[in-house]
Amino acid sequence: MKYGILVNEGPYTHQASDSAYKFTKAAIDKGHEVFRVFFYHDGVNNGTSLAVPPQDDRHIPDQWSALAKDHGVDLVLCVAAAQRRGILDEDEAKRNGKTSHNVIEGFRISGLGQLIEAGIQADRLVVFGD
Amino acid sequence: MSMLHTVNKSPFERNALESCIRLAKAGSSVLLMEDGVIAAMQGTKYSQSMAEAMANISFYVLGPDLKARGLSEGNVVEGVKVVDYNGFVDLTVAHDSVQSWL
Repeated sequence: MKYGILVNEGPYTHQASDSAYKFTKAAIDKGHEVFRVFFYHDGVNNGTSLAVPPQDDRHIPDQWSALAKDHGVDLVLCVAAAQRRGILDEDEAKRNGKTSHNVIEGFRISGLGQLIEAGIQADRLVVFGD
Repeated sequence: MSMLHTVNKSPFERNALESCIRLAKAGSSVLLMEDGVIAAMQGTKYSQSMAEAMANISFYVLGPDLKARGLSEGNVVEGVKVVDYNGFVDLTVAHDSVQSWL
């Protein structure tokens, strides 16, 4: 089965990021395809490369990044939500005259159309938020 | 068309479960997860409405979220099935769509 996942909440906020990650991992391990994970609202904070959680804690952005690396999952950050919250990739930083960028490997920035497409393409869209 | 409803808030905090039970059609399922697992406990003021709703709706609770809160599977309302994340995935396969009550 083909899945689309929507994450509306940031990491370490409540539990949405963890639940979404665990669900996505379980779906992949069971042989399903995760077509895309779309990060919206505060969910874009899952894509920061600057998170430094304590060593004995899980590293949520790294977990997502590894999922993209190991399983080719398409991780998409909503551009408008990301810009508001200071999450910029190299292109967006350049375009907005910023000197640094902070999107972790495996994530890309795109528009809401990617969420709509995931909704159309996937057999199931599962939403995690607060 | 069958629907899987997920409820992730305690019924003591928000009325998501109440709304969900009121609007869910017969033959659909409800998965209690995150703080929503509180509703699966025996002897709360919501146990009665859960038991009544069970005539038409199947209830599930996410085991890892019970465990994270120190809640025992032994205290879960009778008829509520405990599932893990694999079971959560299977539930999304078994139903035509998923509605998250956020």
